[in-house]
Amino acid sequence: MAKTVVQEFTKGLWAEVAPFRLVLGLCPVLAVTKTLENGVGMGLATTFVLVGSNILVSMLRNVIPSKVRIACFIVIIATFVTVVELLMQAFTYPLFLKLGIFIPLIVVNCIVLGRAEAFASKNGVAKSCADGLGMGLGFTLSLGLLGAVREIIGTGTLSLPFLYNIPIMGDGYRPFTFMVEAPGAFVALGLMLCLMNLIPKKA
Amino acid sequence: MRDMIKMVVVIAVLASFSGGLLAGLRNSTKEKIEYQQLVFVKGPAIRTILNECSNDPIVDRLKIKDADTERSFFVGVLNGEPQVVAFESSGKGFGGDIGVMVGVNLKDDKLLAIGVTTHSETPGLGSKSTDPAFGAKFKGLPIMDVTKVKSDGGQIDALTGATITTRGVCAAVTTAGDVYKRLKSQIQEKVKSIK
Repeated sequence: MAKTVVQEFTKGLWAEVAPFRLVLGLCPVLAVTKTLENGVGMGLATTFVLVGSNILVSMLRNVIPSKVRIACFIVIIATFVTVVELLMQAFTYPLFLKLGIFIPLIVVNCIVLGRAEAFASKNGVAKSCADGLGMGLGFTLSLGLLGAVREIIGTGTLSLPFLYNIPIMGDGYRPFTFMVEAPGAFVALGLMLCLMNLIPKKA
Repeated sequence: MRDMIKMVVVIAVLASFSGGLLAGLRNSTKEKIEYQQLVFVKGPAIRTILNECSNDPIVDRLKIKDADTERSFFVGVLNGEPQVVAFESSGKGFGGDIGVMVGVNLKDDKLLAIGVTTHSETPGLGSKSTDPAFGAKFKGLPIMDVTKVKSDGGQIDALTGATITTRGVCAAVTTAGDVYKRLKSQIQEKVKSIK
C-alpha cells in the first residue's frame, strides 16, 4: 500500500490526472483553455499553489486542530493564491489580464483543497510535495493539451509564448470557431475523456 | 476548554502570519505592478497620442498632487524639448465612467489627441470611442475651453448611436481642462527636469 515518493509524483501525471480521471476542478479547465498559452499559464499557477499549500499543510498537520482544519487550509491556500496573483501582475501582466478572475478562483479549485485534505494532512512533507507537484503538472499538461486541441481546431493556428502564431492547418482551413466558445470546451473535454478511456488501464 | 483556546490561537497565528507576508509582498511588488498596468492598459493610448515623441513617456512620468489625489503626467519630448504632456481624466458615459487620456501641447494649450483607456460602453456603438480616428477629432481644440457635442452647441460630432458616450468623453476632456488650468504652472516647472 505504501507508495514511494516517485510513485506519488507519477500518479498525478496519468493514473489520477485530475481533470480527466477524477473529472475534478473543471471550472478553469473549461473556461481558460481557449489557447495553449492560457492553459499552461493557468496550470502552472495552480501547480505553484498546490505544491506550496501541500508542503505547508503537511508541515502543520500535527499543529492544526482537526475541528478547524478546513479554515486553516483555506487561509494557507488563499495566501498562496494571492502571492501568485501579485507575482503574475508584476511579471506577466498580459497573461494575468487573459486569465482574469480565474486566478483568484484557484482558492476554490477543489483539487487544491482536495489534496490538502485527502493527502497532505495525512502524509509527510516529501511525499506531499511530490504529490502536489505531480498533480499540478498533470493538471498543467491536461490544460495545455486541451488548450492546444481547441486552439488548433478553433483558429487553425497555435500560439507559443514568445513566438509567432504557427499556422498548423494551412491557409485553406476555415476555423471551426465553435471549439473556442464555451460549449466547445465540453465537447473537447468529453472526446478526450473518451480517448483516454480507450487506452486500457494497467491491472 | 484547552481545545477551544488552541483552535483560536492556531487560526489567529496563521492568519496574522499570512496577512503580514502578503502585506510585505504587496509593498514590494507595488511599483512593478503600477508600471505594468501603465504599459498594458494606458500604454497603447499614451503611445498613440504621443506617437511623435522621441522618449518613453511611461518612464518619464511625473506625479503632481492635486487637492487630495495624486495625478500622473506623462511627458513627451518633441523636437528635443519636453513640450507635450498626457494625463488621464474621466467622464460619465452610458455604462459608467469613461477613462480618457488627454494629450496637450504645453506651448499653445491645444489638444494633440485623446484616447479612451477604460470604458464599459455598448459594444459596436459606444465602444467605437476607442478608435484612434475618434480621438483625432479632438486635435487642435483649446483644452481650457468647454468641449461639447455638436448637438449641444459644441465642436464634436457625436458617434452614431452613441451620443451619451460622446458626451461623456467631452465631459472628461472638459474636466481635464480644469485640471490643466489648476496645475499648469506646476507641470511647466517639473517638466524642465526631463530631457
